[in-house]
Amino acid sequence: MTTNPVPAVVEDDAAPLTHPQLRELYNLMAAVRHLDTSAVAWQRQGIIPGYAPELGQEAAQVGSGYAVDRTRDFVFPTYREMGVARAMGLDMVGYMSTHKATWHGGMYNPLESRFAPIQAVVAGSVLHAVGWAHGQTLAGHAAGEMGVAMTYFGDGASSQGDVHEAMNFAAVMKSPVVFFIQNNGWAISVPTERQVAGGSVAARAAGYGIPSLQVDGNDVVAVYEATRSAFAHCRAGNGPVVIEAMTYRRGPHSTADDPGRYRTLEEERLDAGEDPLTRFRQRLLEEGVADEAFFAEAQRLAEEEEEAVRAGIADLGPRPGSEMFSLVFQEPTPALQSQATAWREESEHV
Amino acid sequence: MSETITQARREENNPATAAPGVQQMSMQQALNRALDEILAEDPKTVIFGEDCGRLGGVFRITDGLQAKHGEQRVFDTPLAESGILGMSVGLAMAGFHPIPEVQFDGFAYPAINQIVCQIARMNYRSRGTLPMPITLRVPSFGGIRAPEHHGESLEALFAHVPGLKVVSPSTPHDAYHLLKYAATRPDPVIFMEPKSRYWQKGPVDVTNALPGTAVHDADADNGGSLTGARVAREGRHITLVAWGAMVARCLQVADLAAEDGIDVEVLDLRWLKPIDAAALARSVGKTRRAVVVHEAPLTSGLGAEVAQLITQSCFSTLKAPVERVTGFDVPYPSGDLEDEYIPNIDRILFGIQRVLEYRRG
Repeated sequence: MTTNPVPAVVEDDAAPLTHPQLRELYNLMAAVRHLDTSAVAWQRQGIIPGYAPELGQEAAQVGSGYAVDRTRDFVFPTYREMGVARAMGLDMVGYMSTHKATWHGGMYNPLESRFAPIQAVVAGSVLHAVGWAHGQTLAGHAAGEMGVAMTYFGDGASSQGDVHEAMNFAAVMKSPVVFFIQNNGWAISVPTERQVAGGSVAARAAGYGIPSLQVDGNDVVAVYEATRSAFAHCRAGNGPVVIEAMTYRRGPHSTADDPGRYRTLEEERLDAGEDPLTRFRQRLLEEGVADEAFFAEAQRLAEEEEEAVRAGIADLGPRPGSEMFSLVFQEPTPALQSQATAWREESEHV
Repeated sequence: MSETITQARREENNPATAAPGVQQMSMQQALNRALDEILAEDPKTVIFGEDCGRLGGVFRITDGLQAKHGEQRVFDTPLAESGILGMSVGLAMAGFHPIPEVQFDGFAYPAINQIVCQIARMNYRSRGTLPMPITLRVPSFGGIRAPEHHGESLEALFAHVPGLKVVSPSTPHDAYHLLKYAATRPDPVIFMEPKSRYWQKGPVDVTNALPGTAVHDADADNGGSLTGARVAREGRHITLVAWGAMVARCLQVADLAAEDGIDVEVLDLRWLKPIDAAALARSVGKTRRAVVVHEAPLTSGLGAEVAQLITQSCFSTLKAPVERVTGFDVPYPSGDLEDEYIPNIDRILFGIQRVLEYRRG
C-alpha cells in the first residue's frame, strides 16, 4: 500500500529521518513488541487480570507517537495505545497500573506526559480532543506555534456518533486535531466491512471537508511522515486532518477474547500482511542503517525494560481505600466524607 | 389567591427588598447578569451551546453576551449535545472554565455518556490532576406547555451520578448568586434552571448573597450560606421540602394553609447534591412533620432520598411518615395534561392533610 497525501495538507518540508532516529524508532518498536507480548504472558501468569494487546500495530502507534511534541501537543488515547505511550516516554509502570487493576485511567500524570487518561469508552475522548484543540485556538497562538491534539480510535469506534460530532465540530471550528484511526480490521469479532460504510473511515472525512489520508500502518516511517505532515497542517491553523492507518490486529481484542471463534489461523496469516517489525528490520539492514548486533542489543534493552516494568507493577500493591473517596471531587461532599469515615471505622474492625 | 399577589405580599414583608443595592429583576435577567459578570471576572470562562451566541439563547439567558465579550468567549456550536459536553471536557483539560448550555432538559439525554462517563469521572480517573470545573446550565422542569422533551425533571438522574453536583435556584436572587458560586467551583455542577420561573421578577441583592440571614436566625447553615438549603418561609406545624419551580408553589400552599391555621415551613433545598441534611434535620426536628414535593416521577425520585435523610435524623420525633407529592411514573405529559401531572395546590394540601391526620395504628 502507498500513502496518498491529500492536496490540502500543507507541504511538509521537514528533513527525512536520520539514521539515529530510524534506529530509535526500531528500538521503540522492539520495546513495545516485547512489553506487549509480555503483558499477555503476565495475564496468563496471573500478574495482571487483563490486557488489550496491540500485536501488529507497533508501526502505527510508534510512528504516530514519535511525531508528538510533548512541549505543546496532547494525545487522547483509548485502551490500546501502549505503543504511543511508550513512544512518548510515559512512565510505563503508571501506564500498566490500569491493566493491573490498580487505578482506572492509569497512574501517570496526564499533564506532564501530555497523554490523557486511558479510556475504555470507544470514541469517548475523540470529542475531548476537539475541545482541547479549540482551547488552542482560543489561546491565540501564532500560526505555526499551536499545540495539536491527536485522538486515537479504531474502525469500530468510527461507528460511534461522537466521532461524527467531533469531526463536524472540528471542521466547523477549524480546530487543530489529528484524528488518528488505526484500522486494524476488527472491532472485536466484527470485520471492517461489516463495520465501516463508505469504503473507509478516511473517505468519510471528505463529507466534513477535512483533508484525509490513508497510510500503510505497518510502515513506521510512512506513519511518522504522515503524522508529522498532519501536525504541520494543524499547527499552521488549517484545521483538522484525518489519518487512517491501515493495519491488522494480529492477536485477540483482549486477553478475554478468542479470535478462533471469528477467524481462522489461515485467515490471520493471509490478512495480516507483513509483520511491521520484520519489515522495518529488513529495511534497516538493506539500507545499512543497522546491523545484527544492533538488533540483538535492541532485544536485550527491550527485555531489560520489560523486567523493570514487571517489577514495578509487582511493587504497586493495592491503593489505599481512602483514595476511592478522596479523588471523586476536588471539594468532597459531606455525604461522601461521612461514607469515608464509616468505611474507615468498619474496615478497621475486620 | 393569585401567585402575583402572594409574591408581592411576600416581597413587602421582606426587609431585603428595601435594602440599598436591591433591584427587581426576573430570573432571566439575574442569570444573564451573573453570566456577564462571570465572563468579566474570569477570562478563562467560555459560554457555548446551541443558539447562545447571536440569538442569546432561546430563553435569552445569554442575551448580548457575545456582542459584549466576543465570539471567542460566547459561541454557537453545531447542534449536537454530546459534542457540546465532550468539548467541555477538552476545554477544561486545557485550563478553561466551560459553561455549556443544553437548550432543554430533554436534550441532555443525548449527552448522558459524556456527562456520566466523562465529565463526572475525569477528576477520579486522572487522580485529581484533571479537574472538571464545568457548570452545565440546563433549562429544567415543566410548566410552560412545551412540546415533548422540552420539559423534564432530571435531578435524581444527575444526583445519582458520583462526581456530579446538582443545584436548582428558585428565586432570581438565588439564581444570580448560585450561578456565580457554581461557576467558580472546581467540580462539575449541573445547574437546573426552572424555566417556568424565568420571567418572574423578584428582589436581587447583588451586593449581598445572604440577605435572608437578617430575617431568619444567624445560623450560618440556615439560609446563611450558598452551599446549603434556604428556609423560604418559617413555620411551626409542618415542613414542605421543595426545589426549583416547586418552591413558589409551596409558598402559595403555605399562604392558603395559613388561612386554616396551619403554619407551614418551606425549605428550599437548592442543592440536590449535596443535600443539606443538617437543614432538613433542623427544620423537621422543629415541625416534626414533612412533605417532599417534586415534579419528577415518584419511583426512585429524590423525594425518597430526602425522606430517608429526615427519617435518619428525626425518627424518634416524627409524628408521621414523610409524605411525597410528586409527578407520576409516566413520561412527562403534553401541555394539556401538565396541570394534572405537576403537583398542584390541592395535591400538596392533601399531602399535608395526610401527614397531619396520621394516627399510629
